[in-house]
Amino acid sequence: MMPRVYLDYNATAPLLPEALEAAVPYYTSNWGNASSIHRQGREARVAVEEAREQVAQLIGAADARDLVFTSGGTEAVNLAIQGYAFGNRSRGQHIITTQAEHPAALDTCRALEQRGFDLTYLPVDGLGRLDPEVLAGSIRPQTILLTLIHGNHEVGTLQPLAALVEVAHVRGVPVHVDAVQAIGRVPLDVAAFGIDLLSLSGHKFGGPKGVGVLYIRAGLAATMQAIVHGGHQERQRRAGTEDVPSVIALGKACALMSQRLGDECHRLEVLRDHLEHVACSRIPEVRRLGNSADRLPNTANLSFAGVKGEALVFNLDLLGIAVSTGASCSSRQGVPSQVLAAMGVPPETSEGSVRFSLGWGTTDEQIERVLDLLPPTIQRLRLLSPLP
Amino acid sequence: MATPKSGYSPIVIDHFQNPRNVGELPDANAQASVTNPVCGDVLQLRLKITDGRIAEACFKTFGCEAAIAASSLLTEMIKGKALPEVQDITPEMITAALGGLPKVKLHAAALAEEALKEALKGYEPSHG
Repeated sequence: MMPRVYLDYNATAPLLPEALEAAVPYYTSNWGNASSIHRQGREARVAVEEAREQVAQLIGAADARDLVFTSGGTEAVNLAIQGYAFGNRSRGQHIITTQAEHPAALDTCRALEQRGFDLTYLPVDGLGRLDPEVLAGSIRPQTILLTLIHGNHEVGTLQPLAALVEVAHVRGVPVHVDAVQAIGRVPLDVAAFGIDLLSLSGHKFGGPKGVGVLYIRAGLAATMQAIVHGGHQERQRRAGTEDVPSVIALGKACALMSQRLGDECHRLEVLRDHLEHVACSRIPEVRRLGNSADRLPNTANLSFAGVKGEALVFNLDLLGIAVSTGASCSSRQGVPSQVLAAMGVPPETSEGSVRFSLGWGTTDEQIERVLDLLPPTIQRLRLLSPLP
Repeated sequence: MATPKSGYSPIVIDHFQNPRNVGELPDANAQASVTNPVCGDVLQLRLKITDGRIAEACFKTFGCEAAIAASSLLTEMIKGKALPEVQDITPEMITAALGGLPKVKLHAAALAEEALKEALKGYEPSHG
């Protein structure tokens, strides 16, 4: 049997072998609680702080103490938005976001509306970008936060981040960047961009699931409210015993990506472009969604006219290829993608869309196999379709 | 009928991979095209009814794997049957014949049943 081809890295990535190797001793021999004062605890603490440095280096944070380990990207996003909102409520209750966010941010914003906050969901353009002028026009004296995704999970679109951060900062509004898909895929420097809050996840680029990080710019931390209570861990910003092995593995994955990012970014971009280009040349009536010069190098979202994306995903799965329709979290619900709808993609195009997301384990041979199997699969499904 | 919690029965997978009776059936004398407004699935069913019997049944479906399998299975269920035998087919009967469907996919069997009812409703036996 042929080995399976996994092209769903925006859902999750396999653990880097080096990351696993780094974590194992913290399960088997150095299993101390990083908050304990005895030797086992001190050893765990040293390792956790080393990992924090490794993450800080990847995202350009000058001081690793500005990083908070969480249970994942979703908790990091929740801590950023909720923690900042509740901590700064006396200054205003207006928060700005976009219509193309991941549910982690979107649902958190909706929950804040239930708690009396005033939310603005800004439209995006056909590629999924927020126009800095649209942002400028939406900021009010009561605006306390802008939260937006950089590196869209469905189409890979990167925001014009420098311009957006400038527009927000000129008006005194801090910016939270949901960089769960961007970190480890494109260079992103929090200091260079002046980013105030940044969320990342371990498992999109080779770290483990169940661990994430929130970067909080120094000076902002004092205004944040914790959302998980119960201990002094993470400098009182996130209670709960650190998951030491996961943190170590995440640190290792970050250290590796710090070295490899330039090469890997280029390698994936070449592979992804090849996949898109050849698929479009071999298959009629394919539409590329979110295509833009500025996007994640690993993500392609293609819509095949007359074919339901879900049927294609299922068919490819039977052929040993794992891809996804839209956000994998909502792929069992059969509702049209909110991101694509926000981009003005018509429902029939959205229904035919499939996301291919590549990563560190993706090879040339795998892409060629997909390119061999995709055209006949599309042809088969189109023969079944009553749509013109 | 036990409903698989995840994945599909071998029957569903077989009908998805090897759908029966795909086509347009140019000499059809009963037909329907039904749409699931929630998920956008479209099922086109065409029947050739001769002497009160479904002589031919063909389908084309734009939809998920379950919708395709349910359409294919429906054509097998009804082909060669007398009209009174197929008039009372329910979504549950289609689901059962598919070896069960995940809960979120029960609408696929409902769409197939709806297509059959619509096609039969529009059918008028020709005279002469």
